Amino acid sequence: MTAVAENKPAYDGKVLDLTGKSGARAFKNTLATVLIVLAFAVAMIPLLWILFTVVSKGYHLLLSADWWSQSQRGITVRRAGGGAYHAIMGTLIMALITAVIAVPIAILGAVYLVEYGKGTRAAKAVSFMIDILTGVPSIVAALFVYAVWITVFGFNRVGFAVSLSLVLLMLPVVLRSTEEMLKLVPDELREASYALGVPKWKTILKVVVPTAFGGIITGVMLGLARVMGETAPLLILVGYSKNINLNPFDGFMGALPTMINQDRTELALPNAADRVWAAALTLILLVLALNLLARLVARFSTIKSK
Amino acid sequence: MSSPDGTAPPDRPDGTASDETEPKIEDLVHEDAGPTPQFGGLASEHAEHEAAQQPAEVMTESGVEAAGTKATTETGGKLELGPVGHLGDRLFGGLARGSGGLVVLIVAFVGIFLLALAIPALIDDKSSFLFSRIWEPGGDEPRFGIAALFYTTVISSIIAMLIAVPIAIGVALFVTYYAPKRLAAPVAHAVDLLAAVPSIIYGLWGILFFAPILRPVINGLSSALGWIPLFEKPPGDNVGVVFTASVVLAIMILPVVTAISREIFAQTPISHREGALALGATRWEMIRLSVLPYGRSGVVSASMLGLGRALGETVAVLIILSVPNGNDPWNSSIFAGGETFASKIANNAAEFDSPEKTGAYIAAGLVLFVVTFLVNSAARIIVDRSTPGAKRPRRNRRAGAATEGASA
Repeated sequence: MTAVAENKPAYDGKVLDLTGKSGARAFKNTLATVLIVLAFAVAMIPLLWILFTVVSKGYHLLLSADWWSQSQRGITVRRAGGGAYHAIMGTLIMALITAVIAVPIAILGAVYLVEYGKGTRAAKAVSFMIDILTGVPSIVAALFVYAVWITVFGFNRVGFAVSLSLVLLMLPVVLRSTEEMLKLVPDELREASYALGVPKWKTILKVVVPTAFGGIITGVMLGLARVMGETAPLLILVGYSKNINLNPFDGFMGALPTMINQDRTELALPNAADRVWAAALTLILLVLALNLLARLVARFSTIKSK
Repeated sequence: MSSPDGTAPPDRPDGTASDETEPKIEDLVHEDAGPTPQFGGLASEHAEHEAAQQPAEVMTESGVEAAGTKATTETGGKLELGPVGHLGDRLFGGLARGSGGLVVLIVAFVGIFLLALAIPALIDDKSSFLFSRIWEPGGDEPRFGIAALFYTTVISSIIAMLIAVPIAIGVALFVTYYAPKRLAAPVAHAVDLLAAVPSIIYGLWGILFFAPILRPVINGLSSALGWIPLFEKPPGDNVGVVFTASVVLAIMILPVVTAISREIFAQTPISHREGALALGATRWEMIRLSVLPYGRSGVVSASMLGLGRALGETVAVLIILSVPNGNDPWNSSIFAGGETFASKIANNAAEFDSPEKTGAYIAAGLVLFVVTFLVNSAARIIVDRSTPGAKRPRRNRRAGAATEGASA
């Protein structure tokens, strides 16, 4: 309860005036309710509209098996046919590499913030930098990797470079969510473990991280969902290829966002438009599936804890 | 009294986390947990460091007996590894610290590399980089300046923020204090889904479906306020204008602002809310008197984060904004086309053929980085300097939640 006492809001000298005419006050209350419900409705319209647009225009191509198993090799913009296999695989491969690099750093960084560095000046600096990294626009991350990977080292534009720039975007998301989860692990658990003489690192690995595991996975999936939809790094760091290329270190690679980008200027052609919306729907499905899975994991892990 | 409980993100194990792991601890404490640890002071955060040292002592002094009896149980192995713990701690702690340091290094490197590659191009620049509106990098006499890019980037993001923040506050209040408890969580998820839609899809939808219905709004605004240069209607019928991009950006940052505001609003101490209600306040008065003051700085920093997001948004803006013809005079109206930093860079990715040209775009990227850095730092500083009511007392919140649960 002391906590609550500390948190008095600043009333800055204003006196609580509840003596007005009740009619006016009731009206204000109703007005506020209407406005707030209206705000919610306004927020929902774009979501439903976008989902409706993409689903209604994109679903029919997704029903064919070709879409999931063929590339766009040799398919010109006017022609129909082919699929998105190359783009789906490209997106998944780049996302996977990103996760492999970003997740360990993120979890260890969160462990540092919560378990090792808490309250120290260094931890505050790290925490501040994570906030900054969270705000780094994807185009800046892409330019940075371009500067290092291509201008300084002289490598080619490849899928791996995209993954490197996506790491910058995924790292803070996963790190922050992991940090939140680790903070929620009760101190009693740590103390009980220490009391048994378990070393700190083992306490972290066997007690703290497993307790927060569901939340960490949720964060990883949300991070993945964020980087999968990114387009800017793809535009700068890898060319779009209509062929299947599963090697992230050599050659251009297809990806769903660049597949959309490829044909978006040709939307007047029905076949190109079909492809664009089908690719958009595929991308949304991938991202939504990750989001829903993340929530499922979160729910599952909380249920388990009861 | 609608409680915010149902609105907390579901990925939070609430107070129930301790229940989950209790069995584990019971395993550990099974027979004889050794001496009673003196962890009375541990409730405060700062005792954490001593806690790191203490177990080792406990082990060596009087935990031996406990370790002996435990050897038969599965936890025995852990205790036997105790002496290795020092090495393990050094290794693991080093890794954790290294990862923390890496984050700092990455941010530093982003700035350093961009600066290093931008400087040669900036030296060659024959026009004022900050104040020129010309963009002709490359060639013998490169001339480029960011004034136009800066203007379009900032104006579009600020309009987006102005549109998004009131709606976000409304949605956050709806989710926390208005929606029926059963509806609150799905609604919160639905708003979060807005953040899941990839930005390229916002761009396509924005230019193809949303821009046409915005046209009457644009015409109305420009005929009413056209005497202000900002709202002047340029000749020609253009759908890809800054205002359209702003509205789409507003939709894109809405979930960010909503999520943070929602969390802050839900943390308003129940005593504040019930105090207001007990004095006879209506629901709106309760919100105005307790929730909004408590969450003010949180909302401000959420808005800044949203602004930062809008400043750096690339593809949606790239698709929506029509690039002005090079011969047209520059137009400050929000009903004209334009280019932001991000859209300029992405639009010309194919032009990165010579170091001078690339340097010009990297310089533009550097400015964008600095601007978002400043905006995000400001957001952070506002949170840190805010009134105590707006700080986020995580530990205390747990304690508060426990007492709330007990009293309910």
